Amino acid sequence: MTALTLSKAINEGLRAAMERDPKVIVMGEDVGKLGGVFRVTDGLQKDFGEQRVLDTPLAESGIIGAAVGLAIRGFRPVCEIQFDGFVFPGYDQIVSQLAKLHFRSQGRVPMPVVVRIPFGGGIGAVEHHSESPEALFAHVAGLKVVACSNPSDAYWMIQQAIACDDPVIFFEPKRRYWEKGEVDTDTEPGPLFASRVVRPGNAVTLATYGPLVTTCLEAATAAAGEEPARELEVVDLRTLSPLDLTPVLESVRRTGRLVVVSEAPSEVSVAAEVAARVQEECFHSLEAPVLRVTGFDTPYPPAKCEEDYLPDLDRVLDAVDRSLAW
Amino acid sequence: MSVPPDRTPPTVEIAGAPPVPAPTREQVLAGLRATDSGTDLVQLMTPEGERVANPEFDRYVADVDEAALRALHRDMVLVRRVDREANALQRQGQLGIWVPLLGQEAAQIGAGRALQPQDMAFPSYREHGIAWTRGIDPTELLGIFRGTDHGSWDPREHGFHLYTIVIGNQVLNATGYAMGQRFEGRVGGEDPAGNEATICFFGDGATSQGDVHEGFVWAAVYDAPVVFYCQNNQWAISEPTERQSRVPLYRRAAGYGFPGIRVDGNDVLACLAVTRWALEECRSGNGPVLVEAFTYRMDAHTTSDDPTRYRLADELELWKLKDPIERVRANLVREHGVGAEHFDALQAESDALAERFRAFCVDMPQPGPDRMFSEVYAEGSPQVDAQREAYLAYHASFEGAGR
Ligand SMILES: Cc1ncc(C[n+]2csc(CCOP(=O)(O)OP(=O)(O)O)c2C)c(N)n1
Ligand SMILES: [Mg+2]
Repeated sequence: MTALTLSKAINEGLRAAMERDPKVIVMGEDVGKLGGVFRVTDGLQKDFGEQRVLDTPLAESGIIGAAVGLAIRGFRPVCEIQFDGFVFPGYDQIVSQLAKLHFRSQGRVPMPVVVRIPFGGGIGAVEHHSESPEALFAHVAGLKVVACSNPSDAYWMIQQAIACDDPVIFFEPKRRYWEKGEVDTDTEPGPLFASRVVRPGNAVTLATYGPLVTTCLEAATAAAGEEPARELEVVDLRTLSPLDLTPVLESVRRTGRLVVVSEAPSEVSVAAEVAARVQEECFHSLEAPVLRVTGFDTPYPPAKCEEDYLPDLDRVLDAVDRSLAW
Repeated sequence: MSVPPDRTPPTVEIAGAPPVPAPTREQVLAGLRATDSGTDLVQLMTPEGERVANPEFDRYVADVDEAALRALHRDMVLVRRVDREANALQRQGQLGIWVPLLGQEAAQIGAGRALQPQDMAFPSYREHGIAWTRGIDPTELLGIFRGTDHGSWDPREHGFHLYTIVIGNQVLNATGYAMGQRFEGRVGGEDPAGNEATICFFGDGATSQGDVHEGFVWAAVYDAPVVFYCQNNQWAISEPTERQSRVPLYRRAAGYGFPGIRVDGNDVLACLAVTRWALEECRSGNGPVLVEAFTYRMDAHTTSDDPTRYRLADELELWKLKDPIERVRANLVREHGVGAEHFDALQAESDALAERFRAFCVDMPQPGPDRMFSEVYAEGSPQVDAQREAYLAYHASFEGAGR
């Protein structure tokens, strides 16, 4: 066990994957000398050389498109997109080639490419640096989409994503990069495409992922300390496509209540998909409608408005109250 | 330029962080190669402040007398002062981030002062000097960096579009705007005063982006009256220009079928002359044109960046000798006998501007909880309206509860 920040945990995970497999290469803007703007790739170019850690030209379509070509050639590229809002020049390559090649080639051309995207708000940044575009990827068949929430998962999930023969869009909760947690680097904790109960409870189920897992755990602690105490069960979804709703369904069958929490706008979102699937599968167990606590259906606002925009502990508990009062 | 063969790169210490290995010797050499301006550079004033004759471009600045040169100098001094104040405001927690223009004053003031009121400019995010020349008060820039808005000025009123952060996007937008100028007959008219042009700003790193290449293609195909103005400040965050190109950037234009020219981006007169020429070409129907202003980012990429991780202080020292403001000051003193009282008065003026800028910044109001729901659509949206109502009711429930 060692205590690592989330950013360092991904760094260590990348390092382990690169040591294990010489075909793993890291590519992106400023990932080499600088070690990435969040230092996630710090030191990798120094240790693995410029052929395996590429400071690429400033072009996201190039990063993804070239990664597709490298994957055809047998490499396992790990692409870094500097911020969520900058993935869109590469979106065409992601949707048109990366997602579809395995299907189009009838399985002859697998696409073991990981696209790492720091996502979400809460860091007081300027435009395009705080978005949550995961639904735009989860909606695309052929892509797998995951989001880590803590250092231990970050360390293991990045390695599992690299080992996966399908393209994985790997979301990293940027406002949690500097938070520390214990990482057991010896024992793999479980499969990549699986959700997990991170706090047991019986009153209301909270399903969430990425940066808001911490927020929901804090809400659960607060609810447990209130009079009367309410035990909230928190599920970290971890995999957004394919969704693994087994733990959520099992939980909702016991609690009868579900609040889905995410930063992304609610319309046509991952949260919407979870809500729809839960009501299909658990209709008779539900004591209240599935509620969503999300960002609003507006562009991400200027930083001084983020406190209003982002779901926080109060908004989560407000939804819990509404669910219980139904 | 060369590096002494025996120099060993020092290890750089940053307070609170583990020591970072210094850039390698190869990297230093590469950096110096990228900063070697060669012979193909339009220059009208040397770094020492000596006016040099240029048969091709002198006529574009024939009207620049002592008063006009003082005005250009004043512009540069004031925008640098504002830039430094903003940097300090960020350090003091008053701004979330600042994007310094330090070192690029001549590239921006020269280009900006070449524009006519009817022209349109599309900036990226570092064009505080261009904003200044378009009549945008520096305080109007603060909202973006303090996080209260995404740009507070009216782009049409000032002929200055909003800042664009997604690298390269604005190049296509500028091209489309310029196509519109042409479609509306504002190019090549008898009366030069009625003709228009567009100018688009982007960096050396941006030249790799697909949007920029597509912009070049479109502008060429539609003869769009657009000046592509690339400020090659040698760095795209940590990546030197040779990570983006094998050839000098201005030479890319030839492949698209329009002229490209490299100008000393630290020479305000040369930037003015070359941009006036380029705009004239566009207005008279010979656009587009690519201008590469060869300059240097003298500060960090942004206040979040730490350039000691990827470049050496030596490089900065070399560029300091080419400072855009110093050479004009030297020229004013030597060739025009401008005295100390002028520069003292300018200093006082810039301090007063900085003070007004600072006072405005710290007093900026917090946007209300309804701000983010406003102006999402021109024709509104019932869904956003419903979310606004629900959120404001929720927000009001905390009133008096100490939230
Ligand atoms: C599409 C996109 N990708 C990445 C970024 C992150 N980013 C911001 S500035 C920058 C470097 C830009 O360099 P250059 O074009 O030379 O302009 P400069 O900042 O030097 O003025 C990068 C990679 C971005 N803003 N947009
Ligand atoms: Mg640059």
